[in-house]
Amino acid sequence: MSFEKFLFYVFAALLVFSAVMVISRRNPVHSALFLVLAFFNSAGIWMLAEAEFLAIVLVLVYVGAVMVLFLFVIMMLDVDLAAMRAGFIRNLPVGILVAAVMFGEMLLVLGPKHFGSAVFAPPPPAPADANNTADLGLALFTNNLYALEIAAVILLVAMVAAISLTLRKRPATKRQDISKQVQVKAKDRLKVIKMASEEKA
Amino acid sequence: MISLSEYLILGAVLFVISVAGIFINRKNLIVLLMCIELMLLAVNINFVAFSHFLGDIQGQVFVFFILTVAAAESAIGLAILIVLFRNRRTINVDDLNTLKG
Repeated sequence: MSFEKFLFYVFAALLVFSAVMVISRRNPVHSALFLVLAFFNSAGIWMLAEAEFLAIVLVLVYVGAVMVLFLFVIMMLDVDLAAMRAGFIRNLPVGILVAAVMFGEMLLVLGPKHFGSAVFAPPPPAPADANNTADLGLALFTNNLYALEIAAVILLVAMVAAISLTLRKRPATKRQDISKQVQVKAKDRLKVIKMASEEKA
Repeated sequence: MISLSEYLILGAVLFVISVAGIFINRKNLIVLLMCIELMLLAVNINFVAFSHFLGDIQGQVFVFFILTVAAAESAIGLAILIVLFRNRRTINVDDLNTLKG
Protein backbone atom coordinates (compact mmCIF):
# COMPACT_ATOMS: atom_id res chain seq x y z
CA MET A 1 0.00 0.00 0.00
CA SER A 2 1.47 3.31 -1.03
CA PHE A 3 1.79 6.22 1.36
CA GLU A 4 -0.89 8.18 -0.56
CA LYS A 5 -3.36 5.37 -0.13
CA PHE A 6 -2.54 5.12 3.57
CA LEU A 7 -3.16 8.86 3.95
CA PHE A 8 -6.42 8.57 2.05
CA TYR A 9 -7.70 5.86 4.36
CA VAL A 10 -6.66 7.75 7.49
CA PHE A 11 -8.45 10.89 6.29
CA ALA A 12 -11.49 8.92 5.14
CA ALA A 13 -11.80 7.01 8.42
CA LEU A 14 -11.55 10.21 10.48
CA LEU A 15 -14.01 11.93 8.15
CA VAL A 16 -16.63 9.19 8.52
CA PHE A 17 -16.05 8.99 12.28
CA SER A 18 -16.49 12.73 12.75
CA ALA A 19 -19.59 12.76 10.51
CA VAL A 20 -21.16 10.08 12.72
CA MET A 21 -20.28 12.12 15.79
CA VAL A 22 -21.84 15.25 14.23
CA ILE A 23 -25.22 13.60 13.91
CA SER A 24 -25.15 11.65 17.19
CA ARG A 25 -23.87 14.12 19.81
CA ARG A 26 -26.31 15.45 22.37
CA ASN A 27 -24.67 18.87 22.60
CA PRO A 28 -24.79 20.98 19.40
CA VAL A 29 -21.45 22.60 20.34
CA HIS A 30 -19.79 19.19 20.16
CA SER A 31 -21.52 18.56 16.84
CA ALA A 32 -20.16 21.80 15.44
CA LEU A 33 -16.63 21.01 16.63
CA PHE A 34 -16.77 17.56 15.04
CA LEU A 35 -18.01 19.22 11.85
CA VAL A 36 -14.83 21.31 11.94
CA LEU A 37 -12.85 18.05 12.13
CA ALA A 38 -14.84 16.66 9.20
CA PHE A 39 -14.10 19.73 7.06
CA PHE A 40 -10.43 19.54 7.96
CA ASN A 41 -10.15 15.87 6.95
CA SER A 42 -11.97 16.41 3.70
CA ALA A 43 -9.56 19.26 2.97
CA GLY A 44 -6.82 16.63 3.30
CA ILE A 45 -8.66 14.38 0.86
CA TRP A 46 -9.03 17.23 -1.64
CA MET A 47 -5.33 17.87 -1.28
CA LEU A 48 -4.71 14.23 -2.28
CA ALA A 49 -6.94 14.79 -5.33
CA GLU A 50 -4.72 17.72 -6.34
CA ALA A 51 -7.33 20.39 -5.64
CA GLU A 52 -5.00 22.42 -3.45
CA PHE A 53 -6.69 25.80 -3.76
CA LEU A 54 -10.11 24.43 -2.82
CA ALA A 55 -8.63 22.54 0.13
CA ILE A 56 -7.21 25.79 1.51
CA VAL A 57 -10.48 27.62 0.77
CA LEU A 58 -12.41 24.93 2.61
CA VAL A 59 -10.32 25.43 5.74
CA LEU A 60 -10.31 29.23 5.47
CA VAL A 61 -13.95 29.82 4.56
CA TYR A 62 -15.68 26.93 6.25
CA VAL A 63 -13.64 26.35 9.38
CA GLY A 64 -12.71 30.01 9.68
CA ALA A 65 -16.02 31.71 8.91
CA VAL A 66 -19.06 29.45 8.58
CA MET A 67 -18.34 27.20 11.55
CA VAL A 68 -17.49 30.18 13.75
CA LEU A 69 -20.89 31.62 12.77
CA PHE A 70 -22.52 28.31 13.72
CA LEU A 71 -20.76 28.21 17.09
CA PHE A 72 -21.69 31.84 17.73
CA VAL A 73 -25.38 31.16 17.05
CA ILE A 74 -25.41 27.93 19.09
CA MET A 75 -23.88 29.65 22.09
CA MET A 76 -26.13 32.71 21.75
CA LEU A 77 -29.37 30.73 21.73
CA ASP A 78 -30.51 29.19 24.97
CA VAL A 79 -31.71 25.83 23.70
CA ASP A 80 -33.47 23.22 25.77
CA LEU A 81 -31.35 20.17 24.98
CA ALA A 82 -33.62 17.58 26.59
CA ALA A 83 -36.63 18.53 24.46
CA MET A 84 -34.43 18.44 21.38
CA ARG A 85 -33.47 14.84 22.02
CA ALA A 86 -37.01 13.51 22.37
CA GLY A 87 -37.71 11.14 19.48
CA PHE A 88 -34.03 10.43 18.85
CA ILE A 89 -34.37 6.71 19.56
CA ARG A 90 -37.77 6.52 17.88
CA ASN A 91 -36.45 7.95 14.61
CA LEU A 92 -33.19 6.00 14.71
CA PRO A 93 -34.42 2.78 12.99
CA VAL A 94 -36.10 4.73 10.18
CA GLY A 95 -32.98 6.81 9.63
CA ILE A 96 -30.70 3.79 9.55
CA LEU A 97 -33.07 1.92 7.22
CA VAL A 98 -33.29 4.79 4.73
CA ALA A 99 -29.53 5.32 4.92
CA ALA A 100 -28.81 1.62 4.33
CA VAL A 101 -31.15 1.42 1.36
CA MET A 102 -29.67 4.55 -0.20
CA PHE A 103 -26.13 3.31 0.38
CA GLY A 104 -26.91 -0.07 -1.13
CA GLU A 105 -28.36 1.52 -4.24
CA MET A 106 -25.40 3.87 -4.63
CA LEU A 107 -22.95 1.02 -4.11
CA LEU A 108 -24.49 -0.83 -7.06
CA VAL A 109 -23.43 2.02 -9.33
CA LEU A 110 -20.31 3.41 -7.68
CA GLY A 111 -18.48 0.13 -7.09
CA PRO A 112 -15.12 -0.81 -8.66
CA LYS A 113 -16.94 -2.48 -11.56
CA HIS A 114 -17.92 0.86 -13.13
CA PHE A 115 -15.50 3.35 -11.60
CA GLY A 116 -12.49 1.19 -10.70
CA SER A 117 -8.90 1.74 -11.78
CA ALA A 118 -9.46 -0.45 -14.86
CA VAL A 119 -12.17 1.88 -16.19
CA PHE A 120 -10.90 5.23 -14.97
CA ALA A 121 -7.10 5.01 -14.88
CA PRO A 122 -5.61 7.21 -12.14
CA PRO A 123 -3.98 10.24 -13.81
CA PRO A 124 -0.22 10.66 -13.44
CA PRO A 125 0.84 12.98 -10.61
CA ALA A 126 0.93 16.64 -11.61
CA PRO A 127 4.42 18.06 -12.26
CA ALA A 128 6.06 20.02 -9.45
CA ASP A 129 5.47 23.37 -11.16
CA ALA A 130 1.73 22.76 -11.75
CA ASN A 131 -0.28 25.72 -10.43
CA ASN A 132 -3.77 24.74 -9.40
CA THR A 133 -4.67 28.27 -8.28
CA ALA A 134 -3.67 29.78 -11.63
CA ASP A 135 -5.63 27.12 -13.55
CA LEU A 136 -8.72 27.66 -11.44
CA GLY A 137 -8.43 31.44 -11.74
CA LEU A 138 -8.06 31.18 -15.50
CA ALA A 139 -11.19 29.05 -15.74
CA LEU A 140 -13.12 31.34 -13.38
CA PHE A 141 -12.30 34.61 -15.11
CA THR A 142 -12.70 33.44 -18.71
CA ASN A 143 -15.33 30.76 -19.27
CA ASN A 144 -17.22 31.31 -16.03
CA LEU A 145 -17.08 35.07 -15.66
CA TYR A 146 -20.84 35.51 -15.84
CA ALA A 147 -21.41 32.84 -13.18
CA LEU A 148 -18.76 34.48 -11.02
CA GLU A 149 -20.60 37.81 -11.20
CA ILE A 150 -23.84 36.09 -10.24
CA ALA A 151 -22.10 34.41 -7.31
CA ALA A 152 -20.87 37.82 -6.15
CA VAL A 153 -24.41 39.20 -6.32
CA ILE A 154 -25.69 36.17 -4.38
CA LEU A 155 -23.18 36.88 -1.62
CA LEU A 156 -24.23 40.54 -1.54
CA VAL A 157 -27.91 39.60 -1.37
CA ALA A 158 -27.18 37.11 1.42
CA MET A 159 -25.33 39.77 3.38
CA VAL A 160 -28.11 42.33 3.01
CA ALA A 161 -30.75 39.72 3.85
CA ALA A 162 -28.96 38.47 6.95
CA ILE A 163 -28.41 42.00 8.27
CA SER A 164 -31.95 43.19 7.56
CA LEU A 165 -33.45 40.04 9.09
CA THR A 166 -31.61 40.39 12.37
CA LEU A 167 -31.63 44.19 12.63
CA ARG A 168 -33.87 45.23 15.47
CA LYS A 169 -35.30 48.67 16.22
CA ARG A 170 -35.26 49.43 19.91
CA PRO A 171 -37.37 52.50 20.73
CA ALA A 172 -36.28 52.54 24.36
CA THR A 173 -32.58 53.13 23.77
CA LYS A 174 -31.31 56.73 23.89
CA ARG A 175 -28.91 57.87 21.20
CA GLN A 176 -27.85 60.99 19.34
CA ASP A 177 -29.31 61.87 15.95
CA ILE A 178 -26.59 64.02 14.45
CA SER A 179 -28.56 65.45 11.53
CA LYS A 180 -31.38 66.58 13.81
CA GLN A 181 -28.83 68.17 16.16
CA VAL A 182 -27.24 70.12 13.31
CA GLN A 183 -30.50 71.27 11.78
CA VAL A 184 -32.01 72.60 14.97
CA LYS A 185 -32.85 76.37 14.96
CA ALA A 186 -33.04 78.73 17.89
CA LYS A 187 -36.76 79.20 17.45
CA ASP A 188 -37.35 75.48 17.90
CA ARG A 189 -35.95 75.62 21.38
CA LEU A 190 -36.59 79.18 22.58
CA LYS A 191 -39.98 80.83 22.70
CA VAL A 192 -40.26 84.59 23.41
CA ILE A 193 -43.61 85.52 24.88
CA LYS A 194 -44.91 89.07 24.85
CA MET A 195 -46.86 89.97 27.96
CA ALA A 196 -47.96 93.06 29.78
CA SER A 197 -45.96 94.11 32.80
CA GLU A 198 -47.55 93.21 36.07
CA GLU A 199 -48.43 95.82 38.66
CA LYS A 200 -47.21 95.67 42.18
CA ALA A 201 -49.87 94.51 44.51
CA MET B 1 -2.97 4.65 -6.49
CA ILE B 2 -6.37 5.71 -5.18
CA SER B 3 -9.14 4.72 -7.56
CA LEU B 4 -12.13 6.86 -8.47
CA SER B 5 -14.60 4.44 -6.89
CA GLU B 6 -12.97 4.94 -3.49
CA TYR B 7 -13.61 8.69 -3.65
CA LEU B 8 -17.17 8.10 -4.82
CA ILE B 9 -17.92 5.55 -2.11
CA LEU B 10 -16.52 7.92 0.52
CA GLY B 11 -18.85 10.62 -0.81
CA ALA B 12 -21.76 8.19 -0.73
CA VAL B 13 -21.01 7.19 2.90
CA LEU B 14 -20.88 10.85 3.93
CA PHE B 15 -24.12 11.64 2.11
CA VAL B 16 -25.90 8.68 3.67
CA ILE B 17 -24.71 9.61 7.17
CA SER B 18 -26.10 13.11 6.76
CA VAL B 19 -29.43 11.74 5.48
CA ALA B 20 -29.62 9.57 8.60
CA GLY B 21 -28.72 12.65 10.66
CA ILE B 22 -31.64 14.58 9.20
CA PHE B 23 -33.96 11.71 10.18
CA ILE B 24 -32.77 11.28 13.75
CA ASN B 25 -32.28 14.98 14.62
CA ARG B 26 -35.65 16.05 13.29
CA LYS B 27 -36.28 18.52 16.11
CA ASN B 28 -33.08 20.52 16.25
CA LEU B 29 -32.85 23.10 13.48
CA ILE B 30 -29.16 23.83 14.08
CA VAL B 31 -28.14 20.19 13.65
CA LEU B 32 -30.35 20.00 10.55
CA LEU B 33 -28.39 22.89 9.04
CA MET B 34 -25.13 21.14 9.93
CA CYS B 35 -26.36 17.95 8.22
CA ILE B 36 -27.07 19.96 5.07
CA GLU B 37 -23.50 21.30 5.19
CA LEU B 38 -22.20 17.71 5.44
CA MET B 39 -24.37 16.73 2.48
CA LEU B 40 -22.93 19.52 0.34
CA LEU B 41 -19.45 18.42 1.39
CA ALA B 42 -20.20 14.90 0.12
CA VAL B 43 -21.31 16.33 -3.22
CA ASN B 44 -18.17 18.45 -3.39
CA ILE B 45 -15.96 15.40 -2.83
CA ASN B 46 -17.56 13.80 -5.90
CA PHE B 47 -16.94 16.94 -7.97
CA VAL B 48 -13.30 17.15 -6.91
CA ALA B 49 -12.72 13.45 -7.59
CA PHE B 50 -14.22 13.60 -11.07
CA SER B 51 -12.29 16.78 -11.81
CA HIS B 52 -9.08 14.99 -10.85
CA PHE B 53 -9.73 11.81 -12.80
CA LEU B 54 -11.10 13.45 -15.95
CA GLY B 55 -8.42 16.16 -15.93
CA ASP B 56 -11.03 18.91 -16.21
CA ILE B 57 -10.77 22.02 -14.04
CA GLN B 58 -14.48 22.77 -14.56
CA GLY B 59 -15.38 20.42 -11.71
CA GLN B 60 -13.38 22.54 -9.28
CA VAL B 61 -15.10 25.68 -10.60
CA PHE B 62 -18.40 24.03 -9.68
CA VAL B 63 -17.13 23.29 -6.18
CA PHE B 64 -16.18 26.95 -5.87
CA PHE B 65 -19.72 28.05 -6.68
CA ILE B 66 -21.25 25.42 -4.39
CA LEU B 67 -19.10 26.73 -1.54
CA THR B 68 -20.30 30.27 -2.30
CA VAL B 69 -23.96 29.35 -2.31
CA ALA B 70 -23.57 27.15 0.78
CA ALA B 71 -22.00 30.02 2.71
CA ALA B 72 -24.85 32.34 1.69
CA GLU B 73 -27.40 29.68 2.58
CA SER B 74 -26.01 29.05 6.04
CA ALA B 75 -25.75 32.79 6.76
CA ILE B 76 -29.41 33.39 5.85
CA GLY B 77 -30.49 30.18 7.59
CA LEU B 78 -28.83 31.19 10.83
CA ALA B 79 -30.31 34.72 10.55
CA ILE B 80 -33.79 33.22 10.17
CA LEU B 81 -33.03 30.94 13.13
CA ILE B 82 -32.15 33.94 15.31
CA VAL B 83 -35.31 35.84 14.32
CA LEU B 84 -37.34 32.71 14.98
CA PHE B 85 -35.81 32.25 18.41
CA ARG B 86 -36.38 35.92 19.24
CA ASN B 87 -40.09 35.67 18.41
CA ARG B 88 -40.97 32.14 19.61
CA ARG B 89 -38.27 31.39 22.23
CA THR B 90 -37.75 27.96 20.63
CA ILE B 91 -36.11 26.34 17.62
CA ASN B 92 -37.96 23.05 17.92
CA VAL B 93 -39.34 22.11 14.52
CA ASP B 94 -42.54 20.71 16.07
CA ASP B 95 -43.40 24.04 17.68
CA LEU B 96 -43.27 25.91 14.38
CA ASN B 97 -46.89 25.31 13.45
CA THR B 98 -48.32 28.80 12.91
CA LEU B 99 -48.94 28.03 9.23
CA LYS B 100 -51.07 25.00 10.23
CA GLY B 101 -49.28 22.85 7.65
